[in-house]
Amino acid sequence: MPSRDYIIAGGGYAGLLVSRGLLEASPVTHMLILLPGLAIVGGVFAHASKLPRFHLAEPFANALTLFAVFVILFWMLPRYVDASLVSWKVELLKFTTIPLFVGGAIAVSWGNTNPLLRGFLKANAISMLGILAFIYYFAPVRICNSYLVSAQKDLGLGFLWAAGALTLLWSFPLFFAPPERDRKNHADRMGTTITDLSGKVSGAG
Amino acid sequence: MPHSARSLVLHLLPSFFVLILGAYGLWVATDGAAAFTDEAARRHRVEAHSPLIPTFYLEDMHGNEVVLERGQTPTVVEFIYTTCPTMCQSAGAPYARLRDRFVANGTDKFVRLLSISFDPLNDDLPALQYYAERHRADGRSWNVARMAQDDFDAFSSAFGLRVIRNEWGGYEHNVAMLILDNQNRLVRVLDYESVDAAFDFISGMIDAES
Repeated sequence: MPSRDYIIAGGGYAGLLVSRGLLEASPVTHMLILLPGLAIVGGVFAHASKLPRFHLAEPFANALTLFAVFVILFWMLPRYVDASLVSWKVELLKFTTIPLFVGGAIAVSWGNTNPLLRGFLKANAISMLGILAFIYYFAPVRICNSYLVSAQKDLGLGFLWAAGALTLLWSFPLFFAPPERDRKNHADRMGTTITDLSGKVSGAG
Repeated sequence: MPHSARSLVLHLLPSFFVLILGAYGLWVATDGAAAFTDEAARRHRVEAHSPLIPTFYLEDMHGNEVVLERGQTPTVVEFIYTTCPTMCQSAGAPYARLRDRFVANGTDKFVRLLSISFDPLNDDLPALQYYAERHRADGRSWNVARMAQDDFDAFSSAFGLRVIRNEWGGYEHNVAMLILDNQNRLVRVLDYESVDAAFDFISGMIDAES
């Protein structure tokens, strides 16, 4: 019997596939629902397949995370977002590379990626969204041939909201103790032991 | 955490490899960081490949046939719809300036300017004439015409023309000056305001022919 996650991932993917015409009608839903949705579906699928339990050594985890970042950058290029609306080949590329090489790759690599790199990427994602918001809102020319200038402005505001949402989402956990796993990893790296509040000792020692 | 220089290099090697590969991939995907948008990609493609435009039959504002085919003088094409309240109207002014420069230079016989409506259902001949009058298009050096309804897709793929409906029952489209050489090849796509660049480029073509 397939696990619940498989059903969520399969259902989500089918849902995005069926409603793609609707989502692609506006650049806001295209960029802020369809593309992240595809990545999330891929991540959930990878999670269901238990792939993330496979321990990827940090150098390769870092590399895989960076690879996912380049795939994201590619799909941030207006010309390929435009092209996916007129060419079924590019559309197919979108519906395969984002779940596999963004969602799937990050699901596998993120846990073992160097925390510094993770922090760097998160901070950059937020500032990048801020820059995009500015560009799309104030651009004097049409950036996408398939979308109206007014929709382009809406997308600029959408990016700003997304930047705000991610800032909240990612800064919220900073006010709480890091998860046990991260503390243990950190202790392992440093070759030290840590003692939690109950006096239990963990780490490499 | 790596402890020696050697292990540090090994540690960073996979990421370094991905960085190089990824940067190269993006470089190729943007034609050397030159084309981030569909419109820039179209211009880049045209400059690199000068695609041959198939023969098209148009109807001008007086009902005469106008043909885009090999063996004509160099032609500048601009796509319009006459009920356009914004871009096509403002694009008409630079087009008039371009025509005036050829007239002043005495080379207007060697070039033709065409405004082609992609909305033939709404743009009947009086509508085309009205547009021509407003912009002083005389029908000789600058003619206003419309495409056949069935030709839209062919124009769209040949010229990279993209037209979408806007909220007010009109259209938004990628306005530009499209330059055809005497072999009916699309050789340049320029901003609709780039009068100087268009004039220099076409003058160069006329000089090369004579």
